[in-house]
Amino acid sequence: MNDPAALEFSGVTLIFDDVLAIDNLSFRVDAGDSLVVLGVAGSGKSVLLKLSMGLLKPDAGQIYLFGEQISGIAEADLLPLRRRVGMVFQESALFDSLSVAENVGYPLVNQPGKPPAPEVVEERVREALRFVELEAAFDKLPSELSGGMRRRVAIGRAIVHDPRLVLYDSPTAGLDPITAHTIMTLVLKERDTAGVTSVVVTHRLQNGHLLANFQYDPASGGLLAGEHNGAGSRTRFLVLEKGRAAFWGDQQELARQQDPYICKFVMKTERS
Amino acid sequence: MKKIVLTVQEFMLLSGRAITNLFRGPHYWADVMLQMDIIGIGSLPIVVLTGFFSGAVLALQMSDTLSTFGATAQTGTMVSLSLVKEMGPVLTSLMMAGRNSAGMASELGSMAVTEQIDAMRALGTDPVKKLVTPRLLATVVTMPLLTIISDFVGIFGGFVVSFFFIKLSAAQYWASSYRKLDFGDVAEGLTKPFVFAFVVALVGCYCGVSTRGGTQGVGRSTTQAVVAASILIIFLDFLIAKAFVGG
Repeated sequence: MNDPAALEFSGVTLIFDDVLAIDNLSFRVDAGDSLVVLGVAGSGKSVLLKLSMGLLKPDAGQIYLFGEQISGIAEADLLPLRRRVGMVFQESALFDSLSVAENVGYPLVNQPGKPPAPEVVEERVREALRFVELEAAFDKLPSELSGGMRRRVAIGRAIVHDPRLVLYDSPTAGLDPITAHTIMTLVLKERDTAGVTSVVVTHRLQNGHLLANFQYDPASGGLLAGEHNGAGSRTRFLVLEKGRAAFWGDQQELARQQDPYICKFVMKTERS
Repeated sequence: MKKIVLTVQEFMLLSGRAITNLFRGPHYWADVMLQMDIIGIGSLPIVVLTGFFSGAVLALQMSDTLSTFGATAQTGTMVSLSLVKEMGPVLTSLMMAGRNSAGMASELGSMAVTEQIDAMRALGTDPVKKLVTPRLLATVVTMPLLTIISDFVGIFGGFVVSFFFIKLSAAQYWASSYRKLDFGDVAEGLTKPFVFAFVVALVGCYCGVSTRGGTQGVGRSTTQAVVAASILIIFLDFLIAKAFVGG
């Protein structure tokens, strides 16, 4: 018997106001693997992430998180499972009335039972902020930060409780190329140093290219071409078209696709 | 029609969960205290001002009417009965709806449209427990207290007018104010803010968490919260008064 997948969709369908947002979608992401979800705006990428955490309920099909079916269980029973997952929202979704430190420490402080001692929380918050190279922003409010810094704080908040799966919703959307590269470096750093499963929703093929072909280098703090490229990589690509899987496979298979939608999309994103 | 039924169903579900959470942990006591400060202490100035001038204007109007029957001495009775049974609870609740239902709807609405509520759920926190229940508890505790303050300040406002303008003696005013109030009047006057507190908090929170459509949606939710809460307060006021008066 195989180990349970970190995340698995089986025939998942979701309808919003008579429109198919997700159409009979099935895929599996094993522990430690990376999944890059590509698609044009409105293709269902963000909806897929929200379904993965049980923030939305599917109309049909099953979703398994760490082997446990989440599609039919109550919100209260989902909360412990969600604590094993980190999520970076598209617009960061930081709590704007809380400081950076309070935002990052939120998952530690707001947990059932007795929260850790304040000094333990502070140490772990500082550790997470050091990870995203933003310790200097400890006392700042989100409104005082740039878009890229907010995205880094959101990554810090998503990883502070050592999740086994991190979901990134367009982590580089709206950022300049240099800041986008910094963010992707952090995504790879978390994947390669903590061994977490990563699901990255993006409309930029470059981000998928980085995940499939590069590794984080602790010595230089940058990225190095990885030893596993293309078909050998543990990175899979899912291309969504109107909520349906238009493609599922590795980078080399993606490059060989002749489907007009996939070709057009890949070429478009490569130029952008 | 389908949309209205769905809205009522969602409102009832949210209300049920918020009320159930009052008896089920975890409790966010720090948030409850913060909300009590914002809702209770923060509303004190408008409640005091509204209460004082309501009592003052009631005394002026009542004394004018009562003088035609030669019963100006009963001004205190009319002011205290009107304020304790009706105007104190209703005006306080309407002020609270204008200030706090709107505040809750806009705050939670802004959180909803910027995905902060989804983020809260994603971080393993139940937003109803963290956001709605503390606001509900804080409103239920503070609103009857604010109503008592408003009633007292209103009766004092009536006294100021009666003493300085109508030339009633202090003893005459206070004795007539106090003597006619019985347990049923006070019970009615305290039942109303207790019930209205649920309306103020739950309508404000429901409009907030169900906000869609960006900043325009936040504005719409805020307006809807005040309108819906005010209408519900007036409607429930009639039902409660009917229950106490009987017949």
